[in-house]
Amino acid sequence: MTDWPLLSITTFLPLLGAAFILSIRGEAEIVARNARNVALMTSVATFLVSLLVWSNFNNASADFQLVDQARWLPGFAISYKMGVDGISLFFVLLSTFLTPLCILSAWESVQKRVKEYMIAFLVLETMMVGMFCALDLVLFYVFFEAVLIPMFIIIGVWGGARRVYAAFKFFLYTLLGSVLMLLAILAMYFDAHTTDIQVLLAHPFPVAMQAWLWLAFFASFAVKVPMWPVHTWLPDAHVEAPTAGSVILAGVLLKMGGYGFLRFSVPMFPLASHDFAPMVFTLSIVAVIYTSLVALVQEDMKKLIAYSSVAHMGFVTIGIFSIQLQGIEGAIFQMLSHGLVASALFLCVGVVYDRMHTREIARYGGLNSRMPAYAVVFMLFTLASVGLPGTSGFVGEFMVLLGIFQVNSWVALFAATGLVLGPAYMLYLYRRVIFGKLTREELKSILDLSPREIAVFVPLIAMVLWMGIYPSTFLAPMHSSVAKLINDYQLAQTVADGASVALR
Amino acid sequence: MSDLNPALAVPEIFMALSALALLLLGAFRKQEAAQGITVLAIITMVLAALLVPAGGGMRSLAFVGMFVVDSFAVYSKLLVLLASALTLAMSMNWMRKENLERSEFPVLVLLATLGMMMMISANNLISLYLGLELQSLSLYVLAAYHRENSRATEAGLKYFVLGSLASGLMLYGSSLIYGFAGTTGFDGLAHAVTSGAPVGVLIGLVFVLAGLAFKISAVPFHMWTPDVYEGAPTPVTAFFAVGPKIAAFSLLVRVMVGPFAEMTQQWTQVIVLLSIASMVVGAFGAIAQDNIKRLMAYSSIGHVGYALIGLAVGNQSGIRGVLVYLAIYLFMNVGTFAVILAMRQKGRLMEGINDLAGLSKTHPMMAAALAIFMFSMAGVPPMAGFWGKLYVFMSAIEQGLITLSVIGVLTSVVSAYYYLRIIKIMYFDEPVEALDRDTSPGLGLIMAVNALLILVFTIMPAPLVSFAGSAASALFGG
Repeated sequence: MTDWPLLSITTFLPLLGAAFILSIRGEAEIVARNARNVALMTSVATFLVSLLVWSNFNNASADFQLVDQARWLPGFAISYKMGVDGISLFFVLLSTFLTPLCILSAWESVQKRVKEYMIAFLVLETMMVGMFCALDLVLFYVFFEAVLIPMFIIIGVWGGARRVYAAFKFFLYTLLGSVLMLLAILAMYFDAHTTDIQVLLAHPFPVAMQAWLWLAFFASFAVKVPMWPVHTWLPDAHVEAPTAGSVILAGVLLKMGGYGFLRFSVPMFPLASHDFAPMVFTLSIVAVIYTSLVALVQEDMKKLIAYSSVAHMGFVTIGIFSIQLQGIEGAIFQMLSHGLVASALFLCVGVVYDRMHTREIARYGGLNSRMPAYAVVFMLFTLASVGLPGTSGFVGEFMVLLGIFQVNSWVALFAATGLVLGPAYMLYLYRRVIFGKLTREELKSILDLSPREIAVFVPLIAMVLWMGIYPSTFLAPMHSSVAKLINDYQLAQTVADGASVALR
Repeated sequence: MSDLNPALAVPEIFMALSALALLLLGAFRKQEAAQGITVLAIITMVLAALLVPAGGGMRSLAFVGMFVVDSFAVYSKLLVLLASALTLAMSMNWMRKENLERSEFPVLVLLATLGMMMMISANNLISLYLGLELQSLSLYVLAAYHRENSRATEAGLKYFVLGSLASGLMLYGSSLIYGFAGTTGFDGLAHAVTSGAPVGVLIGLVFVLAGLAFKISAVPFHMWTPDVYEGAPTPVTAFFAVGPKIAAFSLLVRVMVGPFAEMTQQWTQVIVLLSIASMVVGAFGAIAQDNIKRLMAYSSIGHVGYALIGLAVGNQSGIRGVLVYLAIYLFMNVGTFAVILAMRQKGRLMEGINDLAGLSKTHPMMAAALAIFMFSMAGVPPMAGFWGKLYVFMSAIEQGLITLSVIGVLTSVVSAYYYLRIIKIMYFDEPVEALDRDTSPGLGLIMAVNALLILVFTIMPAPLVSFAGSAASALFGG
């Protein structure tokens, strides 16, 4: 089984499904039904294939595994190359895990242009998975940018009232960041004469060049994460995107930035990363505290969760640049956990939005009397989001704080205030929506979760608890890759220190 | 050197004879033959395209060194012939619907194409000028082809006046170069400027550059472009947007890296300036446009700016970037104009961007094709347009032209806005009044093929890139 190009299959299987949906003809009703079924089957099949990737993954090795390669651009050392290591493995799984849930969640809420919707999601899945698997910088860039196309369409066609503004802001913001990265990629090509990520990871870039390259990559990833102050596209995009679009945005697209830092910025430009770490810490602390406060005063549920995402991603960037085993593993874990929890929260908002067609917090209240099952599910994810021990949210935040405390206790102190502010806005949201008296007339006939919605939430609940109770399953595959990353990083610092001592 | 060697110019001679024959045929058979003559003209171009590669491979001269054939010429001529044949094919249905079907149209296109081929193969300032004028004179007439329409005549007149000015500038520059260098042959010029060029040659070169910049509509010589694009009948605009641009660009490349290779230091400064100005004007000028033909004019100005980056680099990889860019530009533009030609409401022609509203609902395939062209023009991967930009920027970074590259990518973000706006109108807006459904199968086929090529290029870039690479190496004595 291992000699199959599993990663390429995982990546391009959704595209096959999309092509199939494209060929469906006939009456609108039948086309929509078939499109839904094909999309669900394709994405589930993709998830199963990605599980094979996991089962074939060797936890002990720090190297890239399941590599497959093909010639691509003539005359250049740029090739088609895919592979995963401990850092990227779970992002692939996260993408393939969330896509079927997205498709299932849109089963009834999306009624117009179902065929196009399903195609867009499958294409999006291909691009996301490809991006996490790519082992060539140009290939990575192609997938990284191509993600924008389906997402632009998803926000713009199926989004809310200000969808056009949000879609443009999303697209142009991210494009602006990434074109600078493209130039950096080209500059790296001429320094190292290849864009093979495996080779580049071992290539020492000149110190003066590292700073510029780091900044160019930072321009792209900081927008994607998003870090304060370039986060402003996120609330708009989240609020206007359809539920499943928000899920993918929060669940996977935000992780592209964090993944980028781990895959490129830290290992390829270790000296610049060291120099810029204080800046990252500062911006992240601002993100944690400021966006938490902003979240407190939001009137719109999705916007509140969007701001909370920015705060949670602040933890991630702190963890990454702590360059401690716990910090980095905690950051990856936090990303995975946030991918599940934030997605689940957006799905929770989607549940009531589908019924009432509003996301305004003030329009709800007292839902626990009509929707007990929903109240339980929402409670669980709220607590996971604030980091209750026993849920996945706790593990990630705790490890990040553990990691950063060894480096800089002040950063840890400020970051920890996020643990206080997080419950404040999340529980406040929960109280306003779920508790209190059910006074509004239109809420009196609201229905509890349907079996389909329960089917969407059950896998998410299971994963959040699994990750919270027994995190080792997920941490074990990361260990060797993260250890190697830190080892290389420290080696580069030592070499640079040695060089500067020798100069004296 | 002193050989006449007419065998090398067989495609051109064939084109010239065919054009004359078709002209006579048109004169004798009157109107009803127009369609047949168009078909014959397309066949002529296809046959010429088949003849072209025979002369390639080695660099060889004909007509006492006035005419050169190398793989660079083969590459450019194939692009030009393809562009002309495609636009002529696209125009047939449109011309019939607008009652503009005349036998002169295909003949003029044929003659213009012949002029372009002469330009591409020019190896002397005189043959350069002859080719350029044969092309330009045909284009002047084509711009004003719809003579009952005041906008078209205005466009034709404007193009003629400004175009003659540019030709005059070029001629003046050529005479200066001749006066100071003592020769008009490119090989002789290359020899003359090796040991430091006289300042007169430099001034002459700037004049020649200005004239050529007009032909490729590089800023600040772009003023005519939006008006002419808007005023001319759409098939003519489509023709203007592709073939002549490619031909003039090839000519510019040949003049700059051929005889004046020794002066690279001097002329790159001018090219860098033209490039930056074109990218900026192309990006910001298009934002406020409501007419899709005007928008395409600014878009083409922007694209010329990007292609000029490759020329500013001035080495082999830069020129390869230019050639790849031009080929991809051809497919994107032909496809887009196929869509524009299909824009009709109840038989009336539509040119407003807002007339595309809701196209994804009324014409899903056409909208998908146009979306692919727009994303490609914006340079978003995995569309081919991204690779065009990548090759150009790659050579620029290699040469250390960082500032130029940064300006280039930033303007590409600005220009992404207006390409996205077209997609927004097609996909996000509700249809007001649907466009007619009876798109001719030919146009649909051209859209589909171009869209597919743009997508497939990502998977199989090798054939085009290698061809462009060998064409570029021909200019550098490879």
